[in-house]
Amino acid sequence: MRLDLTGLTTRAAQVWGGVRLVPLTRDEPITGLRLHARAYGDDPGLVEVGRRTHYVSYIPHGFVATWTDDDTPVAAYGTQLNAHGTSVKRGATGDEPPAHGMRLRFHRRMARRVDRNRLRFLPLHLAVEGYLALHFGGPEVVWEEWSQRAIRRGLSPRVEEAYAGVEVAGLVDALKHFEIHPGQCGVLVYVADALASAFVVPHPDDYRALHATLVQDMYGELVHYYATLATPAPRFDVRLPDDVASLADLRAAAAREQAEWARFHDATMADGLLGESYATNRVYRMGDYALSRFLPTFRLKQENHIGELITDRDGRTAYLKTFRLSESQIRRGHLLTTLAAHHWHLPTTATALGVTDAQLGLRLQAAGFGALLREDVLSHYRAG
Amino acid sequence: MDAIAADDMLMFINAATTSTSQREFHGGADDQRLSLDFLHDYVLGNYRDLYAAALALDINDHNAALIVRKLLATTGDATAGQRQAEGRLIARRLRALPPQRVYDLFRALRRARVNNRRTRAIIREWFAGRPDPAFDAVKYRTGLKRALRHAHVAPDGELGPFLFTPDDRRRYDTPLLETWRRAHYEQASVYELPYTVAEGFAAKHRIDRATFLKRIEPRMTRLERLRVQESARRGKAAVVVDLGSMPLTRLAPYVLSLPVPERVDRRGELTGALRAAAVRAAGRAAGGWGRVAAVLDDSFSASGSAQKRRRPLAVALACHYLLAELAAEYVPLWTSGRTDALLAHPYGMTPLGERVLDALEHAPDRLLIVSDGWDNAPYGLASEVLRVWRARLDPARRVVAVHLNPVYDADDFDVKRLAAAVPTVGVRDAEDVPALVGFARFTEGRTGFADLRAHFDDRVARFLEEG
Repeated sequence: MRLDLTGLTTRAAQVWGGVRLVPLTRDEPITGLRLHARAYGDDPGLVEVGRRTHYVSYIPHGFVATWTDDDTPVAAYGTQLNAHGTSVKRGATGDEPPAHGMRLRFHRRMARRVDRNRLRFLPLHLAVEGYLALHFGGPEVVWEEWSQRAIRRGLSPRVEEAYAGVEVAGLVDALKHFEIHPGQCGVLVYVADALASAFVVPHPDDYRALHATLVQDMYGELVHYYATLATPAPRFDVRLPDDVASLADLRAAAAREQAEWARFHDATMADGLLGESYATNRVYRMGDYALSRFLPTFRLKQENHIGELITDRDGRTAYLKTFRLSESQIRRGHLLTTLAAHHWHLPTTATALGVTDAQLGLRLQAAGFGALLREDVLSHYRAG
Repeated sequence: MDAIAADDMLMFINAATTSTSQREFHGGADDQRLSLDFLHDYVLGNYRDLYAAALALDINDHNAALIVRKLLATTGDATAGQRQAEGRLIARRLRALPPQRVYDLFRALRRARVNNRRTRAIIREWFAGRPDPAFDAVKYRTGLKRALRHAHVAPDGELGPFLFTPDDRRRYDTPLLETWRRAHYEQASVYELPYTVAEGFAAKHRIDRATFLKRIEPRMTRLERLRVQESARRGKAAVVVDLGSMPLTRLAPYVLSLPVPERVDRRGELTGALRAAAVRAAGRAAGGWGRVAAVLDDSFSASGSAQKRRRPLAVALACHYLLAELAAEYVPLWTSGRTDALLAHPYGMTPLGERVLDALEHAPDRLLIVSDGWDNAPYGLASEVLRVWRARLDPARRVVAVHLNPVYDADDFDVKRLAAAVPTVGVRDAEDVPALVGFARFTEGRTGFADLRAHFDDRVARFLEEG
């Protein structure tokens, strides 16, 4: 599947330091689906994703999607929900934090229906969980090289690290100084001109409300490094030709420049996201809309994004949020998918990757999967 | 050399008109302060005469005080002639400054340990020229006390004991001082004191806010009345303010501070006040500007900062009403595309380029752009449009185009410019716009340093004459 951003128009980018924000506007906002934020505070969250599987992370906020079955408009529900949902204001419902130790906030499932036409989901965590759960079960055939632990418990515990938006140098200032377009329904965040994240919502009002949540989102290690080391990004100032005879010519030239930028952006700058195909997995069906998450094909040393999206019946994007994997995350994903494709058989996988068994074993260890291999097999590889 | 000097001076005038060392939308307070401080030191070091002459121009009070402070702190570097000229300018400017600014300046001088003979003489003379020393002693008690002590001035009559040994006196003969003494234990006396002083006593006596406002009202100044409007309404008290007599620069931020529904309800009153202020500001020049097209910036960056709330938008709004009076035929173009100026609020991006094109299509005699110069939809379009238009479509410079910028850009030590072809000047008060548009010819780079110098001398002469 490819991402379909029909109905969204690319507008002129705004640059602040090393961060470039490219606004996307909708000519016709989607009124049948609305999103709003729900803040969870600073406690770590623990999500029960399966019967004995849990996802633990810092989850500062969740989104609530409200929809109608016919395409009549719905109002964004705003803060009212907090009153009878999980309380944000401590003390209001009497759940004071304990004096000692760490408070945990429990969530049941990544996406959970809270009312008939309302769905609560944890943005980005949905996508990251999809990535973490990739071949989570471990070897499906008990080849002799795999350790007992790998066979019994699979990849558990599987851990990945990411940075909160506030840690990404310059992102807070860039978002603060950004001037939101009147019809804006999305933004593409570039750090050092590498696409860090894409964010699309159904309605301009939702975007205004959720613009600031971008600093609470997760960003990969790569984005964090790029932001720390970035030099100011070029602004791509407009150049107009000198050979004009009238104001109408001048206006036409200006319009051409704008269209040229949109074309350049969609075809070149965002190509790593929009030009690739993804494997999607539907999480929830809500009326005409479907919430799903997607994984890339894990191409080494290239841009790979994971993410989640809500599409309408025609496959057009109503909501989109992506996370750019860092190099080591891509390598891990690549190794796991290749192993799974060859039924976890080391020699055939090694041949497919064009390396020896020993090299593959060491590569698995370097990727953090050393515990999956039997200790003696691993030392044999090391010695060889 | 002369060209560089002229450039430096124009840059300094722009900075001194706009910057207040406070936070702006795009820059922190520290950046602004450091940048402005450096610029002052640079100009003082290289062009001392012109630096002092800037006191005669329409620079803001913050910079005027800063200039005075820097001049006094470097008295030793000045020649006798310079000292004399500076002394007259400083004395004249201090008389024009609001007293609280002057007391702040004296405090800054004291902190910087500037206590040369000239400084002491200036403090002494300024205080001697105050119309009502007892009023100052009550309203600016600490400021005055410290200034007098710093300048070794012994005040006459009861002021000395009042300021320095208040506990020793059982009563004062000066009515205001006596009222102040009584106000410590008598509530009725509180209402005969200046508002700011009375506020402190009201808190001491725990007087209800609504009662206090109602009774202190006659003692409030014009701006105090304007300032407490909203808080008085919250406290269910009414403070009468004559909006019709307010200057345009004060009126515009007040209007923008009101919520939109209230602006709609009070449309007639607010529009009337703004128009009246604009008519007064335009004076005899009203209607003399021909066809005017104005591009006014109400993008999100016009919201300013917590310290300068909606300042850029307020300047644009004030310019809007002023230009409507100055023009025979007026076309306002807000960047957001909104047409109702009274309901302006800062939102959205800044498509200056497109609006400039729209403005030029009206074939105006004058084109004015009021914007902070962050043209970002897309970057640089306004600059390119103006460049190509000047080069190809209006090479004879038939249209007078001026960019008025209310925001100081700390990184450039100047206000942000749009294009070389269009002069940019800093603006603070909309009332100064006619003068600024005249001044803009210097920034086009087609007049020499001699012209600029002559302009300065002329302004200085007029400034000293007026006082």
